[in-house]
Amino acid sequence: MTKPGTARGRENLVAKVVAITSGKGGVGKTTTAAAFAAGLALRGHKTVVIDFDVGLRNLDLVMGCERRVVFDFINVINGDANLNQALIKDKRVDNLYIFPTSQTRDKDALKREGVERVLEELKQQFDFIICDSPAGIEHGAVTALYFADSAIIVTNPEVSSVRDSDRIIGILASRSRRAERNEPAVETNLLLTRYDPSRVAKGEMLTVEDVQEILSVPLLGVIPESESVLRASNTGTPVAFDEDSPAGRAYLDAVARFLGEQREMRFVQPERRGFFRVLFGRA
Amino acid sequence: MAGNLVQGALFTVMVVRAGMLRDTAFDRELEQQIGRSPRFFLNAPVVLDLKDTEGFTTEDEFLDIGEVLRRHTLALVGVQNALPEQMTAAAAAGLASFAPNATQPSRRAAETAAAAPAVRTTNRTTARLVTEPVRSGTQIYARGTDLVVTAAVSPGAELVADGNIHVYGALRGRALAGASGDVEARIFCSRLEAELVSIAGRYLVSEQLPPEQHGLAVQIALVDDQLTVTKN
Repeated sequence: MTKPGTARGRENLVAKVVAITSGKGGVGKTTTAAAFAAGLALRGHKTVVIDFDVGLRNLDLVMGCERRVVFDFINVINGDANLNQALIKDKRVDNLYIFPTSQTRDKDALKREGVERVLEELKQQFDFIICDSPAGIEHGAVTALYFADSAIIVTNPEVSSVRDSDRIIGILASRSRRAERNEPAVETNLLLTRYDPSRVAKGEMLTVEDVQEILSVPLLGVIPESESVLRASNTGTPVAFDEDSPAGRAYLDAVARFLGEQREMRFVQPERRGFFRVLFGRA
Repeated sequence: MAGNLVQGALFTVMVVRAGMLRDTAFDRELEQQIGRSPRFFLNAPVVLDLKDTEGFTTEDEFLDIGEVLRRHTLALVGVQNALPEQMTAAAAAGLASFAPNATQPSRRAAETAAAAPAVRTTNRTTARLVTEPVRSGTQIYARGTDLVVTAAVSPGAELVADGNIHVYGALRGRALAGASGDVEARIFCSRLEAELVSIAGRYLVSEQLPPEQHGLAVQIALVDDQLTVTKN
């Protein structure tokens, strides 16, 4: 079998399966999966982002490729299509591929053996395999994290999100394949999203320190609450492409930290309104 | 999948001391207790503790006890601390043997002592040690022993021990010490933010815990049948 991408010196690299998960819904998993995959691709890593949210397909919208979906993840699991028929190449950046899921099936279609086979095949081609997990702790979410080498826990600075994240970290530590095989634990990092420093200052949201204190896992980044995230989702552009927005820059910082770079934490202090901004009343 | 054929699981099981069953007041007290929370006790598994108990050497005795407990909606599933003849009879009655089993450690200790008298062995069960944070939704049971956690216990996590519970970190979940009835058991933690603490069935939920002790290093003990929180 010839594998596209193998000529890129991939033999030195071990492909990494990264689960984007949270327990709770609506915290920004898909946004993060899209932004992270885009960020990794911009850094030259061949990356695929897979939608595990079978039946509630969203990733294709956020990635702006919804009109190009022919075959999907479930087709490939069931052997109705091959991988390269289902992978969609991003038009904006090289190295970025989207693997959409089925909208008509449900999570039961995620057979563990099938998922394993597809991931093994993807590992031959890609440096990073980003798995966008569904919410919850049921079959779909557990399947998305089962094969993970690394996990990014997406959390909002509020108590219910933190508690659900804690639960999912516990599941990673006990029910992932690495845990079952007594291999080194899944590398787990925290990404705090929808962080609003001014509301934190008013005591309406938990602080970065509060969340870290409860979850005690390394912090990969803090993504500020930003209109640019909503705009990016609605226009099908991963927010990491928007280098002018604080959220876009925060994601690029998080990607850099994920790759082992040191970056200063930005966007955790309330923004000081400059003289002109006050004058013109702009946020 | 053959790998999933046998899986381990932890359960909290009630233990009834065999001596108590012979007390005439037992029946009435048990009935009252069950009357207070009938759903909790419905078909609940029970282990019979035979520690320092004479008799119980025939199958019929176990079947009779099983019948008595069944009248109280309880299901006798096994025995604990049984002597060899008691164990044989219990097995004949279809009952499982639960650790700690009194006969084995002492016999092993005797053998070890005979073989190597110079080496002192203690067969005391060491405490169960947990060094990772205990996450929400996780339950840890230290059967027949103490539980020591050297990390934080999250809200929604549950620690259960037949002995004492020590938490060297923030205790934010539930802690149930003396789970099989040891009223001497205690709970120690370096930061009390618990949802619930319980010793030998007596419990306090977070809003009943003294607010002035919140976040402090404390120990919790049963004093005159009252859960008492004292600053360490």
